[in-house]
Amino acid sequence: MPLHEIGNYSISYLQVLDEHGNLDEELEPELSEKQLIRVYRSMVLAREVDQRMLNLQRQGRMGTFAPCTGQEAAVCGPTLAMTLKDWFVCSFRETPGRLMRGETILQTFLYYNGYEEGNLLASSSRTLPVAIPVSTQIPHAVGIAYAMKYRREKDSAVVAFFGDGGTSQGDFHEALNFASLWRVPVVFICQNNQWAISVPRNKQNHTKTLAQKAIAYDMPGIQVDGNDALATYKATREALDRAYAGEGPTLIEAITYRLLMHTTADDPKKYRSEEEVQEWWQRDPIPRFKHYLERKKIWNELLQAEMDDEIKKEIETAVKELEQKTEFKPDAPFDHVFGTNHQGIEEQRADFLANLVELEKRGAANG
Amino acid sequence: MVKMNMVQALNLALEQEMTRDNSVIVLGEDVGVDGGVFRVTDGLYDKFGEERVIATPLAESTIFGSAIGMAMAGLKPLAEMQFSGFAYFMLAQLEGHASRYRSRTHGLWSVPPVVRMPYGGAVRALEHHSESREATFAHFPGVKVVIPSTPRNARALLTASIRDRDPVVFMEPKRSYRAFREEVPEEDEVLAIGKAQVVQQGSDLTVVARGAMMRSTLQAVAEIQERRGVSIELIDLLTISPMDGNTIVSSVEKTGRCLVVQEAPKSFGVASEIIARINDKALLSLEAPVKRVTHYDVVTPYFGRELMFIPDVERIARGIEETLDF
Repeated sequence: MPLHEIGNYSISYLQVLDEHGNLDEELEPELSEKQLIRVYRSMVLAREVDQRMLNLQRQGRMGTFAPCTGQEAAVCGPTLAMTLKDWFVCSFRETPGRLMRGETILQTFLYYNGYEEGNLLASSSRTLPVAIPVSTQIPHAVGIAYAMKYRREKDSAVVAFFGDGGTSQGDFHEALNFASLWRVPVVFICQNNQWAISVPRNKQNHTKTLAQKAIAYDMPGIQVDGNDALATYKATREALDRAYAGEGPTLIEAITYRLLMHTTADDPKKYRSEEEVQEWWQRDPIPRFKHYLERKKIWNELLQAEMDDEIKKEIETAVKELEQKTEFKPDAPFDHVFGTNHQGIEEQRADFLANLVELEKRGAANG
Repeated sequence: MVKMNMVQALNLALEQEMTRDNSVIVLGEDVGVDGGVFRVTDGLYDKFGEERVIATPLAESTIFGSAIGMAMAGLKPLAEMQFSGFAYFMLAQLEGHASRYRSRTHGLWSVPPVVRMPYGGAVRALEHHSESREATFAHFPGVKVVIPSTPRNARALLTASIRDRDPVVFMEPKRSYRAFREEVPEEDEVLAIGKAQVVQQGSDLTVVARGAMMRSTLQAVAEIQERRGVSIELIDLLTISPMDGNTIVSSVEKTGRCLVVQEAPKSFGVASEIIARINDKALLSLEAPVKRVTHYDVVTPYFGRELMFIPDVERIARGIEETLDF
């Protein structure tokens, strides 16, 4: 029989909570009330941080940043499934997860206001800084996972986030190939938000799903409703359990939508219709989750008002701290070129400091 | 002391460091059973196993990118690029991450992988196998770039690179891999990165060279000294970045004349930087313009022509005479 089938592949789609908040009880993950409220609060916090940053950015009080509005469930669900023993490897639209992992709002603000000091989340948190060049962080996740496997670490894995645009990059394919070959504990999460700046999903590649790229690397792949925090949690939970058990990597495609601009420097009106955006607002991850909590009778308007008030205060405190912060060391970049001092660098530091005196005289120094 | 060639000396450094520290691992194309196409990792697979000696898929960006991840998680990976001509696939990882992590996190994280790669010409190789592009790597702040020239200094510098806290691009002059043998001590030997070496002292002219050019330069220097009775100071640069400007400047202050020899193209490179350092600090000591004997600013020709382009003993000797006679 020279011609016969040697493989047969399929890709599943998972949704637990539909866009109206209706629950598929059979698929409902086991989560405590505390966990459910944590993930809800994290999504609301991220949305509010986005809004405040946008507002500050428009007033010239914040630098360029990539809003996450609309994508909160695609990040918070997976992050809920992780512990601090797991590594969090992200791109630039995962602020909701960073905040869940212990980054303070002030650190987020500092980062997007142009200071490396925003990256100083303790290294013990296993949370990598933001990676801007698309997909370049994915090989790091594979290397970290290799080290964990080499060290025989238990109950821990790496979760790597990237976007739909990232799946066009060579690093994505190379990293999935290495991960599959090395059978290392990684969960790859593609936040498919439909747009790589102005290029829509259907102009980035011709495949029906992005999840099916897992098939080429012989790892489990699944597509989930990325605006359903229960689905993103559940898929990540299962992938992490497989990773912990030494069963290798998984690719999760989370279908979501970037409701705002790519970054604050972008104007999406130029390339997409208002109707499309409005359609996706109907699938907003936050109201459906709230509805779910209310139906479970663990949430009500009183609790909502208390939380909203608390979040508002937290954010305003961080804004105040940001604007009072003045003790940056101007010559810090010279401290961290190498792990040891080098005369050539020190000579340039002396030049820099001499010039700084001149800048200060003219009132032109910042920092 | 055992006499060995550069390949054996590099292998010794790897074997000793892997024995000393189980966080040291090597990865790259064909580095496993095959021992690398130049055999630098020969025997390591048998001794340390496939977990620590990883023959990877053919993907330079993720070879180095995953090495960055391993380093983040506390391992000390040495990635091998089969030839420097294929290292451009990993530049995004080097520039975008390895070079920046220390500064990005103000020292909280250091990401110190070593990437080894054979470079340079005169081995009658195919296209992409003969270039000398160290300036490309040296242009990234936060990256150390090292080029040994002999078996002994190759071993001592590779050991230092493995123990370094920063990313190191370790460029091996493949023309010198098996060209000669030298006594190498069996016990640990470490040469400091960031220090040039005065190979011989002299008072009439300073010559600065590196890598495979050291041998031709030594020969040219010996010939001119014998023929003209002059005294020439010869400096082996060893570390490209961070450059040891002081050793060069002190020498030029003494000799008043300087010639730089490099296999790399003439412009925008290490020779230009050396001249700039002399200009900054020793201009008034100069009795002649600092001369460069280099490859040309042409796309590296195929090997049929290469020996006409790479500086040889005669061209270096002529450069020395012109600088002495200016």
